[in-house]
Amino acid sequence: MPAIETEGLTKDYLVGFWRSRPYRALDALTLSVETGEVFGFLGPNGAGKSTTLKLLMQLIFPTSGSARILGSPVGDVSVRRRIGFLAENPYYYDYLTAEELLTYFARLFGYQSADAKTRVARVLDQVGLGAERRMRLRSFSKGMVQRVGLAQALLNDPEVVFLDEPMSGLDPLGRRDVRDLILGLRARGCTVFFSSHILSDAEALCDRVAIVAQGKLAATGRLDELLAFELTGWELVVAEVPAALLAALPDRFPGATPLSHGRVALTLTADAEPDRVMAGLRAEGARVESLNPIRHSLEDFFMQHVRDAAPRATGL
Amino acid sequence: MRQIWLGANAVFRESVRDRVPYSIVVFAVLMIAASYLISQLTAGQDMRIIKDLGLAALSIFGLLIAVFIGVGLVTKEVEKRSVYGLLTKPLSRAQFLLGKYAGLVMTLGVNLTVMTLALYAVLFYSNWMSPGGLRLSWEAPAVDPRLLVAIVLIFTELMLVTALALFFSTFTSPLWATLLTLGLWVAGHFNSDLRNFGTIVDSAPAIWLARVIYYVIPNLAPFDVKSEVVHGIQVSARHVGYTLAYAALYIGVLLTASVTIFGRRNFK
Repeated sequence: MPAIETEGLTKDYLVGFWRSRPYRALDALTLSVETGEVFGFLGPNGAGKSTTLKLLMQLIFPTSGSARILGSPVGDVSVRRRIGFLAENPYYYDYLTAEELLTYFARLFGYQSADAKTRVARVLDQVGLGAERRMRLRSFSKGMVQRVGLAQALLNDPEVVFLDEPMSGLDPLGRRDVRDLILGLRARGCTVFFSSHILSDAEALCDRVAIVAQGKLAATGRLDELLAFELTGWELVVAEVPAALLAALPDRFPGATPLSHGRVALTLTADAEPDRVMAGLRAEGARVESLNPIRHSLEDFFMQHVRDAAPRATGL
Repeated sequence: MRQIWLGANAVFRESVRDRVPYSIVVFAVLMIAASYLISQLTAGQDMRIIKDLGLAALSIFGLLIAVFIGVGLVTKEVEKRSVYGLLTKPLSRAQFLLGKYAGLVMTLGVNLTVMTLALYAVLFYSNWMSPGGLRLSWEAPAVDPRLLVAIVLIFTELMLVTALALFFSTFTSPLWATLLTLGLWVAGHFNSDLRNFGTIVDSAPAIWLARVIYYVIPNLAPFDVKSEVVHGIQVSARHVGYTLAYAALYIGVLLTASVTIFGRRNFK
């Protein structure tokens, strides 16, 4: 059974004051996330990522379509005992300390006082909040609030965690901690669904990704599948190149770039048969130092799909 | 029920740590204490003035807490988006809203208790300082337990006003919710005039409209028995019973409507 399923999930908002017209924030999103996956939900700002997460959390209601989490409809309050959610730029109560806030949430999950205390201490340790846990949240920095947000999302040992831009507001150290945390969740079999526009995070963490643009699903699949067929060429580095060959390289390999210590980087097209090229260069006296495939990065792939996305529907 | 109780506790804790209700209660207690000084200026009427001013302070300052905190309970959560954290926990929207309401009622109850104790302290002190002859001229004893009847009805009225504030805050801005709640509080105290509209106007549609408005807006006049208790006039148990039943019904309708509206709301 998939951990998360959406079927034609669509959300329209009415925009305009006098002559309001619908604005499609999310257009027929159908996707499925398997149990235990780390799933990256990627897209530029305004693509529909947060709308999707709010629909999954039933903070907003769909115009059409449906969604299920762990086999239950999203409106089922009981399924919330089994999930965790971190909102984008979370905000909690200024007058409570981190410890009090999490104790309140733990009690909502049904934990009794002693158990709640233990859990709260554990998750606060997990997100790296030490003595600050007894300070009121009003004195917290954005990064510290983000850590509290992560802690509350993990309080109930959730089976599925939804994280909306979890790296937002974090310094490099904090980002590394969150990456480790997500990897830790995956290691214990937890499904992680996170939205981000920071592609390096997705590339480092995700089993599968979906790219949304203009409210529509532009692509989805395993990272290695999405990027594997996108081989665009080869980078060949040669050294100890004889002078005659060196002079001829720019004509034979447009874009040849001289590197340090007399080395030259050559760019070959995807269909250039690198074995044949390397054999030829060796025969002419050059030494082949390295050969690397040039693939589309997730960023290239992302940019291509975002650019190609059709403008979203308004005034339906 | 547990979820509602947890939510109510959180609201109560917030109001305990918030300076605004504190300042209101402190100001009210000071005003009740000051009523003793004012009473010294009016020979023979001193006890009546302390009771009048004291009960008025309870009512007005309680109203300020009910409206301003009541309106902020939901709107603040939605505007600051702290509602995202709560509504994604095993807590239904109805439980969330009822917890907010119960928490503010608890806060009001504690604040009114503090103000009541201050009023009785001033009355006790005045009684102790007054010569025996003067006491005989009073319409009612100084430390009169019947004042509690007026205070219970003030508290019940404030519960109704809180439900009004909560209702408006589920679908309007804080400013509108405040204005509408205060407007209905004022209108509610003059509501009985609408019932007798037919005696001064001939137009049937106008009388019909006045009658509809009379039944829709809350009738708050029966909650005000301050004048009766100050003058030592007995307030019947039947009046108190009917008024409490009316409040329970009206609050029930308001909370049901609030839960229905809030349950369908999109938090963008």
